[in-house]
Amino acid sequence: MAKRRLMQAINDALTEEMTRDPRIVLFGEDVKISMFGDTKGLQARFGADRVRNTPISEETLTGMAVGAAAAGRPVVLHLMFSNFAYAGFDGIANQMTKLPFMTGGQIRLPVTVLCGFGGGTSTGAQHSDTPYPMLMNLGGLNIAVPTTPADAKGLLKSAIRSGYPTFFLEARTRGGEMGEVPDGDYETPFGSARIARPGSDITVIAIGAMVRPALEAAEFLAENDGINAEVIDPRTLVPFDESALLSSIAKTGHLVIVDEARDRCSAASHIAAIAADKGFASLRASVRRVTVPDMPMPYAPILEKAIYPDSKRIAAVVKSVLRTRGPISASAAQ
Amino acid sequence: MGLAKPTSAGISERRGGRAPDSATKLAMYERMLLIRKVEERLVRNFTEGVLPGNVHTYVGEEAVAVGVCAHLSDRDWITSTHRGHGHFLAKGGDAEALLAEIYGRAGVCKGFGGTMHVADFSKGILGANGIVAAGIPIATGAALSARLDGEGRVVAAFFGDGAANRGVLLESLNIATLWRLPIVFVCENNGYCEFSPTDTVTSGAIGARAAAFGIPAETIDGNDVESVWCAADAAVARARRGDGPSFIEAETYRLRGHAEAEVNWLSEAYRTEEEVKRWSEKDPLPRYAQRLCREGVADTAKLATIEADIAKHVERAAQAAAQAPLPSLELLASFLPAGSEFLGGMEHA
Repeated sequence: MAKRRLMQAINDALTEEMTRDPRIVLFGEDVKISMFGDTKGLQARFGADRVRNTPISEETLTGMAVGAAAAGRPVVLHLMFSNFAYAGFDGIANQMTKLPFMTGGQIRLPVTVLCGFGGGTSTGAQHSDTPYPMLMNLGGLNIAVPTTPADAKGLLKSAIRSGYPTFFLEARTRGGEMGEVPDGDYETPFGSARIARPGSDITVIAIGAMVRPALEAAEFLAENDGINAEVIDPRTLVPFDESALLSSIAKTGHLVIVDEARDRCSAASHIAAIAADKGFASLRASVRRVTVPDMPMPYAPILEKAIYPDSKRIAAVVKSVLRTRGPISASAAQ
Repeated sequence: MGLAKPTSAGISERRGGRAPDSATKLAMYERMLLIRKVEERLVRNFTEGVLPGNVHTYVGEEAVAVGVCAHLSDRDWITSTHRGHGHFLAKGGDAEALLAEIYGRAGVCKGFGGTMHVADFSKGILGANGIVAAGIPIATGAALSARLDGEGRVVAAFFGDGAANRGVLLESLNIATLWRLPIVFVCENNGYCEFSPTDTVTSGAIGARAAAFGIPAETIDGNDVESVWCAADAAVARARRGDGPSFIEAETYRLRGHAEAEVNWLSEAYRTEEEVKRWSEKDPLPRYAQRLCREGVADTAKLATIEADIAKHVERAAQAAAQAPLPSLELLASFLPAGSEFLGGMEHA
């Protein structure tokens, strides 16, 4: 085991994969300088042929990723901020997700798209969006949202080796997250959630950067309200680990989902739908979502903090869910 | 290199380049005729109401795909357009598999693609595309892969004049030049972006867009298969040498509508019968037949035999395609995400 920051773990995974498979090509805007640090040093190591700084041409870059992969070469495309995916959306929505399907399965399409996402750092409305709801709806994309260095490394290796178009989303406020990373080569499977904190009173599904405030809220509730929350990090949204969700709510009977996407058609609302469809008998209160309201992300810290989910809001919503059903145990009663 | 004026005189002579040999000439004629016959069949099928949807035919533009693809092998790649049957057949795609796909059967894409998305990776056909210009960045990406492979593969991106107004063309021209990618950009200027005359929606010369990036560009008579062959000969050779991209603007005309279904809903004419007639006189097929006879490559009897053979081939292909297996629900279900359920179950209607 070694202590690594999340961005270093991503960099390690890219280094190891590009060493393992000399056909892999990585390109994107400023991947040499690497704004987030995830591709730092790769050009010096693997050369400018395989690690390419590109012009700012997202619509072409997403299409090129499809073309290079269709021609048999694994591609890692770095889009920098996920908002730039909007500029490159034809290559994603009309090509990347559809080509393997439209050709009747003639090809696999080994494309892994990296980008940073999310709010919390005053980057303003055009650099703070959370893209997975629209990506989840495309059909034909896998989506990883790692939150620990170990998972980041293992999920990225799985993504690159999967031969399947995959978005690997880096919660920007988690880049410095420090954690133990196993030694040697390993993959973290998609569709397998991680129980970040076991609990028995309520299930809290937290996505990406929301895991940390969810854990803080859980500790606060345990100390102050005697509520024992189970916090689950889904790790991947497509595929989504339904059985982890369903077995947790079978135990707790209550569900809160924390998602920094805008509320309407968020990942949280889809997860709530799964709970209603398949876990209805387990639920003892309505499912609540802690999300961002349906508006762009404001710039000023005081405004952004007002809508960005934090531990206080999560704790309040957890308590309100438990209140609506009445006490489960003496300690949870208020 | 500046923009050449459209010409039907062989560019090869002008440049001192090569000209196709007799076998190539005949092969190109046969391939153009195959495309024409397949699409005549589709037009008939459309009129009969047996096609599941609409089709965009390539009738009148066959010389472009054939003249370019004559230089490509199965190892080279092409990307194509919504008007893609011609590129598919020119690159060696199978007529029966194409027709079966368009008939809604388990054709070349198992019924998952259809007329606008025909692809055959075993033939280097990376796919037709329903989004104008979307094949261009895909071709550029394939060209990056080809360059890294270093095995001399070449990519041809076919697109229409409508794509000249899409940003991805300019972005791809930029990247292809910067990285000296082995790609030939082939613009089929048929004079109409759907129903809008090209000059009403396009400023500047199309080839000048490429020239602005320092890419050799020329405008040629796209209804003369040998003009196309000569221009593509130079462009493909340049790409294979590793000298980077070229741009060919082939002036042509679609003799049929934007789509066959337009007759059902067009409220006004967007071009004159006189114009269609004028271009019919430049139809690449009879024009090339005359040239082959004039040059002594073939006589009318030989051409009649070729035509009868191709007609028979297409008839057999169409018959077989109509009887091809239905698309598989099992294959459809294989695209369901792991663990997901489909309420009600899937069954053939």
